[in-house]
Amino acid sequence: MGRGAAGLIVALLFAPLLVMFTASTASAVDTLCLPGPDKACIAGTLRTEDGVLPDVTITITDEAGQAQEVTTSDTGKWNIQVEDEGTYVVKIDETTLPKDLVVDTGQVTVKAKFGATIPALLTIRTENYSASTSKFDELLQSTVNGLRLGLLLALASVGLSLIYGTTGLSNFAHAEQVTLGGMLGYFLINVHGLGLLVGGILVVLLCAFTGYFQDRVLWQPLRRRGLGLSQMMIVTIGLSLALQYVYQYLVGAGTVRVLQENPSVSEFGPITITNQSLAAMGISVVVLALVGYALLRTRVGRATRAVSDNPALASASGIDTDKVIRLVWTVAMGLAGLSGLLYALVVNGVKWDSGLQILLLLFAAVTLGGLGTAFGALVGALIIGLVVEVSPVVGMPGDFKYATALLILILLLLVRPQGLLGKPQRVG
Amino acid sequence: MDTIQGILNGMMREALSPQTAAVAIAVIGLNIHFGFTGLLNMGQAGFMLLGAYGMAISVWHGLPFAVGILFGLAAALVFALVLGVPTLKLRGDYLAIVTISAAEILRYVSRSSLLSDFTGAAQGIPGSQYAHPFQNLSFFGKGQFTLLPFNYLDVADGAAWVRIVGWLLLIGLITALVFVLRGRAGLSGNGRILAAIALGVVGVLLLFFLFPVPNQATGVNGWWVRFVAWALVAVCTFVVFLLVRSPWGRLLRGVREDEDAIRSLGKNVFSIKMQALIIGGLFGAIGGMIYVLPTSTQPDSMGRSLTFFCYTALLIGGAATIFGPVLGAVIFYAARIGIKYTAAAYIPDSIMNNQQTEQFSYIVVGVALMLIVIFRPQGILGNKRELRFDV
Amino acid sequence: MSEHTITPTGMADPAVRRDLVTRFDANPGASKPDPILVVDNIVRQFGGMTAVDVGHLEVQRGIITALIGPNGAGKTTFFNLITGFDRPTSAKQGAHWAFDGRTLDKTSASSVAQAGMVRTFQLTKALSRMTVIDNMMLGAQNQAGENLLKSVFRPAWRAQERDIEAKADELLDRFKLLEKKHDYAGSLSGGQRKLLEMARALMSDPKMIMLDEPMAGVNPALTQSLLGHIQSLRDEGMTVLFVEHDMHVVRHISDWVAVMAEGRLVAEGSADTVMSNPAVIDAYLGAHHDTDLGDDALLSDEALEEIAEEVAAEEAERQAEEEAEGLK
Repeated sequence: MGRGAAGLIVALLFAPLLVMFTASTASAVDTLCLPGPDKACIAGTLRTEDGVLPDVTITITDEAGQAQEVTTSDTGKWNIQVEDEGTYVVKIDETTLPKDLVVDTGQVTVKAKFGATIPALLTIRTENYSASTSKFDELLQSTVNGLRLGLLLALASVGLSLIYGTTGLSNFAHAEQVTLGGMLGYFLINVHGLGLLVGGILVVLLCAFTGYFQDRVLWQPLRRRGLGLSQMMIVTIGLSLALQYVYQYLVGAGTVRVLQENPSVSEFGPITITNQSLAAMGISVVVLALVGYALLRTRVGRATRAVSDNPALASASGIDTDKVIRLVWTVAMGLAGLSGLLYALVVNGVKWDSGLQILLLLFAAVTLGGLGTAFGALVGALIIGLVVEVSPVVGMPGDFKYATALLILILLLLVRPQGLLGKPQRVG
Repeated sequence: MDTIQGILNGMMREALSPQTAAVAIAVIGLNIHFGFTGLLNMGQAGFMLLGAYGMAISVWHGLPFAVGILFGLAAALVFALVLGVPTLKLRGDYLAIVTISAAEILRYVSRSSLLSDFTGAAQGIPGSQYAHPFQNLSFFGKGQFTLLPFNYLDVADGAAWVRIVGWLLLIGLITALVFVLRGRAGLSGNGRILAAIALGVVGVLLLFFLFPVPNQATGVNGWWVRFVAWALVAVCTFVVFLLVRSPWGRLLRGVREDEDAIRSLGKNVFSIKMQALIIGGLFGAIGGMIYVLPTSTQPDSMGRSLTFFCYTALLIGGAATIFGPVLGAVIFYAARIGIKYTAAAYIPDSIMNNQQTEQFSYIVVGVALMLIVIFRPQGILGNKRELRFDV
Repeated sequence: MSEHTITPTGMADPAVRRDLVTRFDANPGASKPDPILVVDNIVRQFGGMTAVDVGHLEVQRGIITALIGPNGAGKTTFFNLITGFDRPTSAKQGAHWAFDGRTLDKTSASSVAQAGMVRTFQLTKALSRMTVIDNMMLGAQNQAGENLLKSVFRPAWRAQERDIEAKADELLDRFKLLEKKHDYAGSLSGGQRKLLEMARALMSDPKMIMLDEPMAGVNPALTQSLLGHIQSLRDEGMTVLFVEHDMHVVRHISDWVAVMAEGRLVAEGSADTVMSNPAVIDAYLGAHHDTDLGDDALLSDEALEEIAEEVAAEEAERQAEEEAEGLK
C-alpha cells in the first residue's frame, strides 16, 4: 500500500457518502439559558410518549405573583432565566396544546437556585395512552419495545461479533455503518423518492459493498502488514470519527427521516406498535434466522466458524481465511446497514450520532454473549434490548436505562468473563 | 496577510489555551496506560470527569478548594481500583470495553436530572460557582503585574526592541536548557536537575509575556489559568520522566511486552498494572480539573470523543515518549483550528459553509489518526527501531 | 556466581552423581534422599480431557532431572501447574506440592519465582522491544526502584542499580551476549534469545531452574554451548529440571529422567536405563510408531510439524489458562 495511494483510499472509503451530497441542513436552534452567579434557569422538554410538543405556552409565576411566558421550541424544549432565588410555579397553558392530549401534571412548583438549571417536569399523554396503563400493560409494552430494540441490535452485533471472531478486531466504526444504513435510506427513499422496498434493498447492497471495499483496501492490507490489533482498533476509531463528521457535514446535526409520513399504528390488547416496527421485527427475525442457518448448515458458514475458532488450524486445513474474512466484512456491513435502516424507520429518524449512541450497546451485547460467538451476540443483544426498555418500567430512572445495560455488562464480566455462551476453556 | 495573521493567531491561542494544557496532562496519564504499560484504557474522559466534578461539586457546596482537589483525586483513585480489580487479570480488550462503558455510565449519571442539585444535570455546573477560590490565588493581580518593562497585557507598550530582546533571551534559555540536559554544562545529579527546572520555569514565564495573544478567556484571570495549567504540564512531564527512567518504568515496559515473562521473574504483574492505572488516572483527574476551570463543568464535554482525541494526540506526539503527549496535544488542537480557519478563509461559502468547516476539521482529524497509525505508528518523537519488532 | 547460590555439594563430580542415582528407586514416583520439589496428586482437565494426572513426584536437589515424554504427554501443562501459571483441577481435592519445604498450593506465579523456582518458556519470552540489558535487569529481585514511591528518588536505588548491572554484565559475558548488551532483544537470533532468557532467569539467584524445551528451535552449533551452560549450572550447585522430547539431548546431560505419557508419570530411571524401560518404549511407540529413540533425525518435517502442533496446543493452553484466571 503506497503512501500516495493512502489519500485516494481514504477518499474512496467515503465514496458511497458522496451520493448524499445533495442533502440539506435544517435544524431549529434552541435558545440556551446559561445560569450565572446571580441568575438561575428553569427548563424542560414538553413531550408525550409519541413525540415532542412545539409551540405550547408555559407560564412561570414567582413568589410575588409576577408571571412570565415562554413557548416551547421545535424540539419541545423551553427554558427561562430568573433573577431571584425562590419558588416558582410552572404551568401549561392548556389552550395552546394540540387536541387529543391529556394533561397528567399541568403544574409544578420548583425551587430556583443561582448558578443552576432547574428542570420542571410537566407530563402530558395522548388520550388513548392514558386510558388504561396499568403497570402490567406498561411492562408488556416495554417488553415488546425491548424485543424490537434487541432484534435491531442483534442484526448489527452478529456482524460485529463475527468480525471479532475471525480477525480479533474490535471495530469501533461499526456503529457508523449502522448510521450509514439510515442515512442512505434517507437519501435514497426520502430525497430521491425511491420505493421503500427497492430503496431498502439498494441500501443493504450499498452497505455490504462498503464492507467488501473496506476489507479490500484497508483491513486486508493492514493485516498483511502485521499491524497489531490495538493499532488496528485505533484505526477503526479514526474511521469512526471521520465518518461521524462526514455525516454531520452532509446532513447537519439534526434528525432526518427516511419516510415523510407518520407511521400507522396497530393495537394488540394493551400493546401499541407501529406497523413499521412490526415489519422491522419480522424482517430481523427472518434475516437472523437465515444468518444462523448459513452459519450452521452451509459450507461457507462452517468455514467461518472454523476460522473464528482457530484461524491457524483453519488455514492449515485448506480454508482460504482471507476469503472468509472478506465475506464476513461484506455480510457484517450489510447487516449493520439493514439494522440502521430499520432503526431509522422504527424510531422515526436518524442523526449523525445515532450509531454512536448504540455503539456501546452493541459492544455490551457482543461481550455479554461471549466475544466472537455469533449466537452469543444474538442472545446478548436481546438481553440488552430488554434491559434498556424494561428497566425504566421496573423503577430505574429513565436517565439510567443505558447505564443499567452497561452496568449489567460489567457485573457479568466479574462473574463470567467469557460471556454467556463463550467457552470457559479450550481443550489443550 | 491579515488572514494568515488571523489564522496563526488563532492557532497560537488554541495551542496555549488552558484546555490544550488540560488535555496534555490527561494524555500524559494515558501515555502511562497505553504507551508504557500497554493498558487499553478507553475511559480517560471518565477520569477527567471525576476530577472535574469532584472539585466542582465540592467547591460549589462550600468546601475549601484544596478539599475539592483531594475529592477529585480520590474519586479517580477509587474509579481506577473499581475498574482494575475485575479487569486487569483478563485479556486486554476487556479493559477497553469496561473502561469505555464505565466512563459512559459516569456521564449518564452526571447528566441525570435526578442529581441536578448535585451535578447540575445536563447543563452542568457553571464555572462561576467553583472557579473563584482558584482565581483568588492569582498572583498576577488585577492586570497590573509588571516585571521590568513587561506586563502581561502588553510588552513595554509594544516597543519592538523589548520584544526582540525578549525573544533572544528565550532562545538563549532554551539553548542553555538543552546543554544542561545533555550534561555538557559541567553539572551533575541534583544540581543538573535543579538548573534544568529553573531554566524551564524562567523560560515558560518569559514565553507568557512574549505572546501578545488576544486574551479570550475570563478577564484578569486568563493568564493565571494558562500559567498554572502549563506549569502543571511541566511538572507532570517531569514526574513521568522520573517514573519511566526508574526500574519501575522498566517494569511497566516489561509488562507491556510480555506479562507472563514478568510473572516468571517473580514480579506481581497485577499490582504493577494497578499502579499504572491509578497513576495515569490521577493525571487524568488533574487534567479534568484544569479542563473545567476556565469554563464550566459539563458532562457531555467529557464523553467518548474526548478520549478519542486524547488517543489522537498521544499517537501524533508518539506513545511511550516523554514529550510526545504535550507535543501531540498542542499540534492536535492548533492544527484543528488551523484547518478550520483556513477552510473558512479560503473555501467559498457555497462549497463549505461556516458550520461545515468545523466538521471538516474533525474529518481531517479522523483521517489523520488513521494515517498516523498506519504510516507512522511511532508518532513524531517515537523511535521507529523500537516498534519494528512485533510482539 | 553469587552469595545466594547453594553451596556446591560435590555434584560436579560425575562419579558422585552416578553413585547417588544408583541409590534411587527406579519406580515412577519413587522417593529421593534430598528432594527439593515434592509433588502430590496434581490433576488438570481441559473440558473432558485429562492433560495431567501425576500422583507423586520428587526431584532430587543438585542434579539435572529431565522430564521427557512424547507430544501431548502434558509436560508443559505440568510445568505451568507447578509454577503457578495454571491451576490444577484437583486444587481442592488433595493437590499438594512443595518447593524446598515451602507449600506452593495456592501460590501465584510471581511468588513461586520469588521462592527460588524460576522457569523459562518453550516459546521464548524475550521482551523484544527492550534492550538486552533491560531484559536482564528485570530479572533481579527486591529492587527498591521498582517501588512506585521510591522510584522517583534516584538516590534511593542508584547504588543497587549499579550492583545489578555489574551482575548482569557478568552473566551476559558468560553467555556470550555482552557485545549485544544495548541491542533490542528482538534483534537476537532464536538461540540467543534462549540464552538471554536463561541468563535473565539466573539474575534472580534461583535455587532451581526449570527449562521448558531449551533446545527447541536452537541451531546445532548453539545447542552444544547451551548444554554446556546447563551442566555448569549444575556443577555450581543449582538444581535443574528440564522438559525435552528429544531423547538424544536427554541422554547427554541428564542425571535422572522422569517419563510422562498421556498425562501420567510412567517411568523414572537414570538416563542409560530408562530408555530400555518397556513402559517408555511403549509410550513413545504408542505415540509415533516410526521414531527411532534418540535419533538425531528427529528434526524432520514430521518433528517440525509436531513442534508446530505443540505450539498451537500451548497457545490453546495459555488461552484456557487466561480464561481460568479470569474466572478466579
